[in-house]
Amino acid sequence: MSSLMLAIAAFTVLAMLAAALIATFSKSLSASILAAGLVSLLASVLFLVLAAPDVAMTEAAIGSGLTTFLFFFVLARVRGGDND
Amino acid sequence: MIAKIAMASGFALILIGLYGALTHRNMLRMIVSFTIASTGVNVALVAVGWMLGRTAPILDAAVPVTEALQRVIDPVPQALVLTAIVIGLGVTALMLAYAYRLHATKGGLDITDHTELKW
Amino acid sequence: MTNRIAVIVLLLGLGGVFANLLMGYVPDADLNRSGAYYAQHTAAETGSANVVTAIIVTYRGLDTLGEVTVLFLTAAILGLALALESRPQAAPRPPSGELLTTGSRLLAPLIVLFGVYVFLNGHLTPGGGFQGGAILASATLLLLLTDPLKKFGHGLISRVESGSGFFYVSIGVLGMVLAGGFLDNRILPLGTFGSLLSAGAIPLIYSLIGLKVGAEFSSMLANLADTEERK
Repeated sequence: MSSLMLAIAAFTVLAMLAAALIATFSKSLSASILAAGLVSLLASVLFLVLAAPDVAMTEAAIGSGLTTFLFFFVLARVRGGDND
Repeated sequence: MIAKIAMASGFALILIGLYGALTHRNMLRMIVSFTIASTGVNVALVAVGWMLGRTAPILDAAVPVTEALQRVIDPVPQALVLTAIVIGLGVTALMLAYAYRLHATKGGLDITDHTELKW
Repeated sequence: MTNRIAVIVLLLGLGGVFANLLMGYVPDADLNRSGAYYAQHTAAETGSANVVTAIIVTYRGLDTLGEVTVLFLTAAILGLALALESRPQAAPRPPSGELLTTGSRLLAPLIVLFGVYVFLNGHLTPGGGFQGGAILASATLLLLLTDPLKKFGHGLISRVESGSGFFYVSIGVLGMVLAGGFLDNRILPLGTFGSLLSAGAIPLIYSLIGLKVGAEFSSMLANLADTEERK
């Protein structure tokens, strides 16, 4: 049980760091916003592994849902005139 | 062990986020990096409260009230992080609104174009 | 270039501090004093099965009031910052498709119902006012996406926001009069441990928090949606 949890945690952490690097270094701004949302989603999986279901739920609803939407809203408003 | 892995990943996320926020010149990219750094802070804080072989602080059939002291992990960091996430969305929304306003007045997202407060 | 080198040096220093913290970290074998108090006394004192909920709503209720206030200030400042620009009449956009309209009419009530479920059960299961509020705001979001032309009901949002805030503070003061202190949940009977109508005023307070948070997020989204679309 514990080793399974450890494997899930290690996999989630690796995917999370990869997504964070994509979010920082990607050429396209939309891809970087989506990758930041993915970091939040994987963080909520990690919270679940760390026995924090309340925090996992909040992170999934707010961190990866509403935040990503806000970014795309502003991105749609400022498109044109400049590219990233 | 899980706690250490999670904590290390939280610290790594903080560093990646700060690097992005300090080197990018596009304001939206800086804000994306800030959200990554704040996720990292939350992960590190929750990892501090984790303990081996214990379960979530919810007292139900699996965790009787009398055994709670030996069975649950520390609830205080979780309560802290819960509020931190909600405030984090507010801060992000505020940063985005100001970036939008700056874009509307100057017509660009490059932070180096805004030199009014530079000395 | 010197900029980037300075940043890297700074981050290396910070990374050294973090590595030092990580090396010296020894996980606790037992709960610390505050955690142990909450784990032991939550069930008897508040009747809430979810310890995190009991901390947020009762033990640290004043902090939550402050947090909701900060969120309200954020929403207000966001509205102010976005309202400063003059708003020319946006060009009318084509109405959204039949599928989107019907789908959102079907889904929005269900999403609201789920949000209410999440914050009513906050003292029994994971979840609560903040999560439920975010789910309510996502119903608003769906409506905003389907019908961008409709002027969204700012009046309703602000009435829900101020009404729930008022009742939240009133219940807090009531706790001072009838029970042990501000936001004490024992103004209502604690009930059977583990049932829906238990834990005193916690479901009531968390529902009000959920409505307030949902209204604040909704007003942020509606304010952003009101800004003109740039071509």
